[in-house]
Amino acid sequence: MTAITTTNGLVSPATSDRAAKVGLWASAVLSMAILLFIIGYIVIEGISVVNIPFLLGSPVLSGAKGGILPAIVGTICLMAVTLSSAVPIGVGAAIYLAEYASDSVATRTITFGVECLAGVPSIVIGLFGYAFLVIYLGFGFSILSGGLALMAMALPWIVRTSEEAIKAVPLTVREGSLALGATKWQTVSRVVLPSAIPGIVTGAILGVGKAIGEAAVLMFTAGSSLLMPSSLFDPVRALPYHIYILASEGISNPMAYGSSIVLLAMVLAINLGAIAIQAHYGRRYGRN
Amino acid sequence: MLAKTREKIIETVLFLSAATAITIVLLILIFLLKEGLPILMKVGVIDFCLGMTWNPIAIAGEPEYGIFPMIMGSIYVAIGSLILAVPLGLACAVFLAEIAPAWARFSLKHAIELLVGIPSVVLGFVGLVLLVPFVRDHFGGCGFSILAGSIVLAVMALPRIISVSDDAIRSVPRAYKEASLALGATHWYTIKKVILPSARSGIIAAVILAMGNSIGETMAVLMVVGSVACLPSPLYDVLDPVRPMTSNIAIEMSYATGDHAQALFATGIVLFVMVGMMTWLSHKVLKSKMGTAR
Repeated sequence: MTAITTTNGLVSPATSDRAAKVGLWASAVLSMAILLFIIGYIVIEGISVVNIPFLLGSPVLSGAKGGILPAIVGTICLMAVTLSSAVPIGVGAAIYLAEYASDSVATRTITFGVECLAGVPSIVIGLFGYAFLVIYLGFGFSILSGGLALMAMALPWIVRTSEEAIKAVPLTVREGSLALGATKWQTVSRVVLPSAIPGIVTGAILGVGKAIGEAAVLMFTAGSSLLMPSSLFDPVRALPYHIYILASEGISNPMAYGSSIVLLAMVLAINLGAIAIQAHYGRRYGRN
Repeated sequence: MLAKTREKIIETVLFLSAATAITIVLLILIFLLKEGLPILMKVGVIDFCLGMTWNPIAIAGEPEYGIFPMIMGSIYVAIGSLILAVPLGLACAVFLAEIAPAWARFSLKHAIELLVGIPSVVLGFVGLVLLVPFVRDHFGGCGFSILAGSIVLAVMALPRIISVSDDAIRSVPRAYKEASLALGATHWYTIKKVILPSARSGIIAAVILAMGNSIGETMAVLMVVGSVACLPSPLYDVLDPVRPMTSNIAIEMSYATGDHAQALFATGIVLFVMVGMMTWLSHKVLKSKMGTAR
């Protein structure tokens, strides 16, 4: 392989090619190492804390002792509110953009809005949630306020992934249905959506998984009560915010490690669930 | 007739859900302005953005609202994170797109997805217990520093840079690469002189987007930068603590009232505008690529 490449003449092209590849492999290994190190460190430091009383107990002394059950329950409630508000709106928006929208000013404004919302920093969503949901609408620091604020974080992601899943359904399938005399909505709801469901569900799950870690949104909207919530209007302290308080106020590092493991496990379970759904149903109409 | 009305109603409902995102963006703008504009008018936009002193609860004299040190704090950590994350991220993207065998691509891709999934507060916590003492012991200073903030942000920015650059590199037409290889250039020479230049705009867009994300990131930075509302002295001392805009809001919002709370909303406006500009710029760069390369 004598090459036309003229490097500086000191190193042959073949050598520099080999050296570069070694460098690229090394950077890939380094990235993997960073990930494994972070997760490994947390698990090693915190695994001794995680046991049944920790998972099912209530916090004692602001979380320095006891368990984290109220925070786990609060986190799950927040996710439920986020899912049930973001999924219908997000999927509806995706159907509109993929099936109904023509290339008009209105459509371009809508797409622009989705892109804008995706770019808004989490702390700004937190401020907005505080001013609008907590104060203006009078929801107070509550599961409802927190869940709806997280909805604003998850929505753009859900719209994008659902739109992609719907657009991946081939045109011929729609034409077949329309040719049989079905209306547009019948075609969309009975033919297009069932094919796109795995992609939509995966996107929705991942969107909520991304949103739930955002302590910056929750600290101004969901409150920081360590009591077990009994209604949608009760304040809760979500796990990410609990970790922040434990660590930054120096309450207890071991408890913060333990809580981090639980939060990581929840996010991991969400991601694995999404992967499993995709693997099970497969991509009926794959793009790749 | 009935079916037609039904179709119309459904389309309207779908349109309304599609309009939700832009409605939320408008509501965010309205409420930020409603809460933040009065203080911006009172202090003056220029004085607010370029003022050097942040002293919202003055014991004696007038409170001062100047966020210039915090704007610079945000920029310091964001640029620091890019300096660390861009070379590594780009190398990983080239690795993924060009030389990784299937198994390596598969595992690295999934590792990146996992890295995105780690909540920022967990990264900040690891930074607090590991990185801060490490910086203190090996580099000096108090540990809470621009350097620590940049490293944590770099870990957050890494997966985003990798996946967007990977896409950009993969969208370079195969013919370019094959032509170069057919001329006898080595693989590395082809990557350096043909593939990377062709993917340039996609990569630049990824870097700008990562910068916007870093400026907007709160929890991870908050826990490691030290949150001192001054410029580092001397200006290049990366071992000094700073306070980015996001930290300012997160720390003080819990007890701020009156003008002070308004000033925090005004900080939010500045943050919103800065991140918005980054997002816009990156889209602009991407669009320009669509025009030329294809």
